[in-house]
Amino acid sequence: MKRKLLFILAFILAASLLTVMIVNAQDGQPRIPTDDEVNAVAKKLYCPVCPNTPLDVCETQACKDWRAQIRDQLAAGWSEQQIMDYFVQQYGERVLGEPQRSGFTSMVWVLPLIAVLLGIVIVWQVLRSWRLKRAEQISQEISTPNSSDRISKELRALVEKELKEID
Amino acid sequence: MAENAQVQAGAQPTPEANPQSRWTRTGVALAFGIVLALLSLLAWGLKKAQAGPVDSGLAPDFSLTGFDGRTVTLSELRGQVVIINFWASWCPPCREEAAYLEQTWRKYKDRGVVFIGVDYVDTNKEALAYIQEFDITYINGPDLGTRISQDYNIKGVPETYYVDKKGQLRGVQIGPLKAPELDQKIEELLAEPDPAN
Amino acid sequence: MISDIGLVALSIAFLFSVYGTIVSAYGGLRNRPAWVESSRNASLLVFPLLSISVLVVVYNLYVLDLSQAYVADVASRAMSTFLRVTALWGGQQGSILFWAWIMSGFVAIVLLRKWERDRELMPYVIAVSMLTTTFFVGVVVFITNPFARLWHVPGAADLTTAVFQPANAMPYIPEEGQGLNPLLRHFGMIGHPPTTYIGFTGFVIPFAFAMAALIAGKSQEDEWIRTTRRWTLVAWIFLTIGLILGGRWAYDVLGWGGFWGWDPVENAMFMPWLTGTAFLHSVMMTEKRGMLKRWNMVLIILTYALTVFGTFITRTGVISSVHAFSKSALGPAFFVFIGLTFIGSLSLLFYRWDAMKTEHHLESFFSREAAFVLQNMLFLAIAFAVFWGTVFPLLSELFTGTKITVGPPYFQKVTGPLFFALLLLMGIAPLLAWRKQAAHSLGRAMLLPFAASLGITAIWGYSHRMHPASIFGLWLVSFVLMSILTEFWKGVRARMQGRGENLLVALSKLIGRNHRRYGGYVIHLGVVMIALGVIGDAYLKQETQGALTAGQSLTVAGYSLRFEGLKSYPGTDGREVIEADTTLFKNGQAVRRMQPRRDFFIVQEQPVTVPAVYATAGTDIYILLLAWQDDGRSATFKIYINSLINWVWAGGVIMMLGTLIAAWPPRDGQKETTYQLRPQVFGPQPSTGD
Repeated sequence: MKRKLLFILAFILAASLLTVMIVNAQDGQPRIPTDDEVNAVAKKLYCPVCPNTPLDVCETQACKDWRAQIRDQLAAGWSEQQIMDYFVQQYGERVLGEPQRSGFTSMVWVLPLIAVLLGIVIVWQVLRSWRLKRAEQISQEISTPNSSDRISKELRALVEKELKEID
Repeated sequence: MAENAQVQAGAQPTPEANPQSRWTRTGVALAFGIVLALLSLLAWGLKKAQAGPVDSGLAPDFSLTGFDGRTVTLSELRGQVVIINFWASWCPPCREEAAYLEQTWRKYKDRGVVFIGVDYVDTNKEALAYIQEFDITYINGPDLGTRISQDYNIKGVPETYYVDKKGQLRGVQIGPLKAPELDQKIEELLAEPDPAN
Repeated sequence: MISDIGLVALSIAFLFSVYGTIVSAYGGLRNRPAWVESSRNASLLVFPLLSISVLVVVYNLYVLDLSQAYVADVASRAMSTFLRVTALWGGQQGSILFWAWIMSGFVAIVLLRKWERDRELMPYVIAVSMLTTTFFVGVVVFITNPFARLWHVPGAADLTTAVFQPANAMPYIPEEGQGLNPLLRHFGMIGHPPTTYIGFTGFVIPFAFAMAALIAGKSQEDEWIRTTRRWTLVAWIFLTIGLILGGRWAYDVLGWGGFWGWDPVENAMFMPWLTGTAFLHSVMMTEKRGMLKRWNMVLIILTYALTVFGTFITRTGVISSVHAFSKSALGPAFFVFIGLTFIGSLSLLFYRWDAMKTEHHLESFFSREAAFVLQNMLFLAIAFAVFWGTVFPLLSELFTGTKITVGPPYFQKVTGPLFFALLLLMGIAPLLAWRKQAAHSLGRAMLLPFAASLGITAIWGYSHRMHPASIFGLWLVSFVLMSILTEFWKGVRARMQGRGENLLVALSKLIGRNHRRYGGYVIHLGVVMIALGVIGDAYLKQETQGALTAGQSLTVAGYSLRFEGLKSYPGTDGREVIEADTTLFKNGQAVRRMQPRRDFFIVQEQPVTVPAVYATAGTDIYILLLAWQDDGRSATFKIYINSLINWVWAGGVIMMLGTLIAAWPPRDGQKETTYQLRPQVFGPQPSTGD
């Protein structure tokens, strides 16, 4: 009984060891990254030479070289962030499609946010002041009772005119 | 209705006791300020867009680390004539002048002339292949972050800049060099007197 | 010869423009009607004169007169006659002439109308619009002249371009022209520049009227708005069509499966469209409630200023862009012009600022007025974000020396939420009454669209559940759609029940009785369709790329593409074509043979990728041939699944239809209900729903 148990245990241990080795061996083998994987990284970068052209669609020889470089880097196990950092170091910040959120460049993100907040505040203030003016006007009208008859006659005339036009 | 029309057509609101006019004045100042700032920015941008490559004055200083590890700093090369060539492996016209450049380098390298090749937005693999193909022996390195290219305001590749013994820019060649243009220019600059140290 | 006639006509047009500008201003300020009449006549003549010049350029292109520098630049023997003629606007010189010509045409139309109502404004309308025309015609005459020739000056390495013969120079006539950039040889070239230019220049007229109102001291009245309402609408729809055609063109020829790249030149067109749309809506507020006079002035000035700013960026290359024209000496001239425009209009605005004061009364936050104000704010916030992102690279280079790219990820992230808010508002606003909308009745009105939209989203969301981010967008689109359809339904049902009309009659009568309102709803319907396409492009797009040998397939989203073979042949227009033969399968079933290809234009040494597109109701399967081995054994393909993209083009058509309805003049004797020019202020009003 004990020997059988020992045998089973040994078998399990060997099997798991083997599995781990096989899995590790898979990781170690170089695998050619697919075009889609290269494009996924290239999409986030811009051609350093041609203006405003993303790296995954640019057709020049230079861009083809860069995509080949990304392929090599992916095959070597670089992460996307590492590749992007490398591109920035080599070619400057203009290679990023999305401006960084640090330093002077953060202003590009901050200002629209401020503008929208300011806009909401202004809209609120404007509408409120209009509303207050209306309330003032109402209270003024209420305090002059004579006008009410004249007003309602005019109003009636206008309403009748409009009713006629509506057919 | 008539009252409204009268108010609007005739009178101007009195400025003193009016808190509105203070806001208005600030608004006016702000609006003009923004417009003037924008116009200045556009003027600067226009000047920059129409300016060609830098071709006179003190050559902008830089340090370049070559593909082979050596470093060179422009300001340390006073007393020598320096030829700065901007190139890239993906640039066909650059190939036209590569052999001529290397040939001229070999001819003048012991006569106080330095050649520096600045690789503009290129991949290491292709750049090294290019260097090997033309057997280039003068120092070549990548222009990290395109800082050097921006300083010289290059409009494309290839461009070659001539720096005299005093460190002054003496001209630029846009496009590939053909023999004997480079030889002539170097002889001209070498003939000038050495700067007093 | 013929070209000399064109040059003379152009020069006389310039002189008349100058005359028109100065004399009308003088006549207006000194109250001399005779002078104003004279300036009017001079201004009317500018259009026929420029027409002569335009015809001469077209003739030169048609006969391929290569002694003309412009013809040698944009035309070539290889180009078809049709394309040669449209090359009129293919290069800088021709396109500015074209622009000036359209502008003079608009001025002529305006001047030919009856002026009884706006007599006091006429001198200044002429002055402002002719000042603009003078500038553009002047640029054509002195800086980028389409009648210049090529000369060989002894000692100079390159050819000189000049109108008059330089000393000792010999005329140079090339054997063959350069020809249009291959990317421009597409039907988009026929449609996009003309519609865009009509849109841009169309805004000069409302701007001129606004400036005239300010100068003449009539800015507290709204006449100028009513006079220019249709102009604004026409300019706006042409700008809209120009934008959509530009997108379609990019989609067809650029080969990256998208239609909007947030490139500076594209943004330059988009910004005036945004403020122009805000302006269209805010003048409704002025007409209905007499509100926002100052704000309308600000908006029209902003819209026109952005138009001029846009053309400045496009033609001078200040901000780097894929669309840039070739650079020339235009920069400083344009800079002076925009400086003058900005500062001049701003000064006039503040000069009359106090006189334009109006009493504003808001009954309730739940009202259409409040919704309009919020909408305007949103449009302006988006316009600011686009402006800031476009201009920021310049700022960054100035202050830090670093060049950066502000690309689509920025614009999408920043303007996306704002567009969503606008869309939501567009769904709620028709349900809001003018003055005051009781909250509970709003809730009731919203119930049907809201519930219906949830239902649609549930079905739709289920089939798109792998893209959860798109579900909110899909709900929003269906909500707005339901809201608009409910408005139509309410009106139609009232007529059917009240008068016993059948559905179609009720619908046409409903729209006929109130063009502006229901035309506006149809336009909104078009916007919703475009929004659907944009959401598909942003969230539901899929792509794949791979190299195939014969017989192998590439698969994405249930579609697969099998490579059959490669062939090459010479094509029209001086190109060499490499074409791939492929079969498209959907879920295993063969659907169609597709031939994506790469054309190489020999003279320009430029390749153009021509996609093969399989269009279904909403979605395009867009296939590109990227690379191949010379022996034809293998080729690399890219497949884009562009979900819902055809809704963008369909939406554009609906917007055009809606604008036609909205701009249609009412039958004689029939007054359009509900819109009055001047508000009648009475006092406490019972709340009148619309």
